[in-house]
Amino acid sequence: MKSGRLDPRVVSARTIRKDEVYLDAATRKFEPVILAFLCNWCSYSAADQAGCSRRSYPANVRIVRIMCTGRLDPGHVIEAFARGIDGVLVCGCHPGDCHYVDGNCKAAGRVWLLDRMLEQTGIEPGRLRIEWVSSTEAQRFAELAIEMTEQVRAMGPIRWPFSESAGTEARRGSR
Amino acid sequence: MSILEIGDHLLDLVERVDIVFWPCVMDFKRHDVETMPGGYIDLCFVNGGIRNEENEDMVRLLRDRSSIMVAHGSCACEGGIPGLANLHSTDSLLDRLFGAGESTVNPSGTIPGPTNRTLEGEAVDLPGLLPGVRTLSQVVDVEYRMPGCPPDSIQTWSVLEAVLGGRLPPPGSVIGAGERCVCDECKLERNGVPVKRFVRPHHVVPDNTHCLLEQGIVCMGPATRSGCRAACISAGMPCRGCYGPPHGVADQGARMVALLGSLVDSRDPDEIRRILDDVVDPVGTFYRFGLPGSSLGRPRR
Repeated sequence: MKSGRLDPRVVSARTIRKDEVYLDAATRKFEPVILAFLCNWCSYSAADQAGCSRRSYPANVRIVRIMCTGRLDPGHVIEAFARGIDGVLVCGCHPGDCHYVDGNCKAAGRVWLLDRMLEQTGIEPGRLRIEWVSSTEAQRFAELAIEMTEQVRAMGPIRWPFSESAGTEARRGSR
Repeated sequence: MSILEIGDHLLDLVERVDIVFWPCVMDFKRHDVETMPGGYIDLCFVNGGIRNEENEDMVRLLRDRSSIMVAHGSCACEGGIPGLANLHSTDSLLDRLFGAGESTVNPSGTIPGPTNRTLEGEAVDLPGLLPGVRTLSQVVDVEYRMPGCPPDSIQTWSVLEAVLGGRLPPPGSVIGAGERCVCDECKLERNGVPVKRFVRPHHVVPDNTHCLLEQGIVCMGPATRSGCRAACISAGMPCRGCYGPPHGVADQGARMVALLGSLVDSRDPDEIRRILDDVVDPVGTFYRFGLPGSSLGRPRR
């Protein structure tokens, strides 16, 4: 799905809290929701530029602008997954280029720990990614958004391991 | 049981209250509670998480018969160590315990449950397992939570005194604990030294005058509620996080991840990952006492 034709179900008022699996109106297929935390100084500019230069990338990616990836609280990521977000993309400045010296390096460590924690709970690796996108890399951002959307679409809807209604089925394979 | 730790104060306590149900210590039966009218128990301490149907049934009954209910101890507050079982399916847990476990000898393949029978063929009344461990407040309404594994005895007595004196805070509060983090009560010296490598407590002899985190030992102090007077750290062990997250922190593990991310002494993402790989079992370490009550482990809304 390309930007320009937005599925009202994908871009609904409930963009953050997802109670059910989204299906594309036309194809009736699963559409992932991906939350992208973008650094104000680089990746957000890249996303902005991608829009200004009319590059298309999937509307599945919802952008949250943060001042620095170092501001990203790991709790935000956990909360997103717990509420049914299918993937989280964190984009910051290349190492060494952080506006706040080393916020992106702190984020790298946090995302790495979070990734290992999520794996322990049975969430597939790849649903959480951290990437470096500078303010001039609009094309790279668009490509990342496409790549991540395809990757997560292939994984299917998130199966949060602690859902009671999902019972034992959802928790299988978490050993 | 930890209430017994108040020692001589126990005599002051029984002078002023009637103990009507305390199955750990005195001979009471479920029937004794059933015959009480609703709200008969003025103050009810409940310990333990909710793992099986009997637990759930009993706390619902106690809830009905109690005016004030206190989740007492880490298991009732946050799920406790048994809550880590939520990382596995019930089937795989039972299989590990009664099937494939290295020390298990179970030729008949019996798995305890409501359908069990004795050798004579009589039905055995065993409760069924619930899908996971839940905290007390995820099952019934709870007025107060009092964390700790075990709750500090001085704190327990101060709570009992507050109850007897009618000085309880508004319902919903955490009692018998502080609001800030364990570091606030910790005597060790902090210098803000970043860390090049993480070690496990049994790998090193720690320097007991300086912050353990700065020595690379994962200490949960910064992400844990105060109230224990830094008991473990004073004894030379890192904080394990039993008091749960401090006031205003939703998720203890997330707080710890945030902290460790900024503690690492490197600006090279690959090296940062290598250093953080030394932190073994992140979920078991950061949520040792509180997986079911955390954002990571709570049942999805």
